Amino acid sequence: MATTATVGNEKSLWRGGMAPFKASYGKLMMWFFLVSDAFTFSGLLITYAFLRWSAPAYNGDPADFVFSTEYWPIPEKVYEAFPGFHGVELPLVFVGLMTFILIMSSVTMVLAVEAGHRMDKKNVVKWMLWTIIGGICFLSCQAWEWSHFITGTDTATVADVVVNGRWQENYEIFGAGLTFNQYGPPAFAALFFFITGFHGFHVFSGVVINIIIFFNAANGMYEKRGHYEMIEKTGLYWHFVDLVWVFVFTFFYLI
Amino acid sequence: MEQATTIQVQPADRKKILGIWKVALYMFLITAVEYVFAFTMDAGMLRSVIFVTLTIVKAFYIVSEFMHLGHEIKGLMYSIVLPMIFIIWLIVALVNLEGAAIKDARGVVDFEGGAGTEQVDPGH
Repeated sequence: MATTATVGNEKSLWRGGMAPFKASYGKLMMWFFLVSDAFTFSGLLITYAFLRWSAPAYNGDPADFVFSTEYWPIPEKVYEAFPGFHGVELPLVFVGLMTFILIMSSVTMVLAVEAGHRMDKKNVVKWMLWTIIGGICFLSCQAWEWSHFITGTDTATVADVVVNGRWQENYEIFGAGLTFNQYGPPAFAALFFFITGFHGFHVFSGVVINIIIFFNAANGMYEKRGHYEMIEKTGLYWHFVDLVWVFVFTFFYLI
Repeated sequence: MEQATTIQVQPADRKKILGIWKVALYMFLITAVEYVFAFTMDAGMLRSVIFVTLTIVKAFYIVSEFMHLGHEIKGLMYSIVLPMIFIIWLIVALVNLEGAAIKDARGVVDFEGGAGTEQVDPGH
């Protein structure tokens, strides 16, 4: 199957005659999109880092740490819940599970791409299905994490806040909202919602795209086309989602 | 478009598949090391630098192996990696210098211990 049309002489690489960088149009455009998307996430991480490092920090003993709206919380103290273990402190265990799920789904995606190179339809379909399952598991975990974050812990944080336009002194805050939260300064929850939400939305779009590609592959569309390049392109997007999570994980949960 | 009459399924290359799992294993090991640092080391500048370094190592494996960029031609590699290097430099500059400078200019004081605000347990 002819994939390139040669125009004029063979050296006219930049006239569209051949694939520049030896990458097809679709793959190159996916890379361009991913670079621009990386800029967007960088902007969010810069905002996060700037707000966090200009906010008051807690320098005391981590053992004595309690939540307050006046300083930035220690992440291990915020993310320590696990479904089914109410009241048990399991710092960063749940987010570790989420990281494991996402890296695993990235691995199954690589295996799908590898199977595609060999025109092995059966294995492409199998590994795509595992990738979709991994993505759905990750989204479910995130849904639980968000709902826990919004509901809050059993102990309230007391602060003076504005509720429905009224100044309330010694108000008991449970969980997190967009105006204030029990864990730290208002920006803490706002950034959590925006950045993990934006990443979760990327995962969601990735799962939708993967489902479409899964059905196309299962129906033999790519076999008819003669190549499985579409798997590579969606694979690039899916790995990027994993890549962003690696950074979100470090900046939100570890540092 | 003509339809291919016979589709040749090539046999899997065991070495290649083993290589994929090896990269996955590295990623899990690096994450495990991050957890060890998270639980045994006190928060501070050094720990943050270690975390960011390990994150960049993981990012390298994802981009180079999973996204196959390490095996593309050099021109494509640099046109993607170079802008990202500048962006990471910008992130570090804004975090370390700008954040700290603004904090200083605002006269923000860190908490050295004890509760900033009162905590209550209404018992429910």
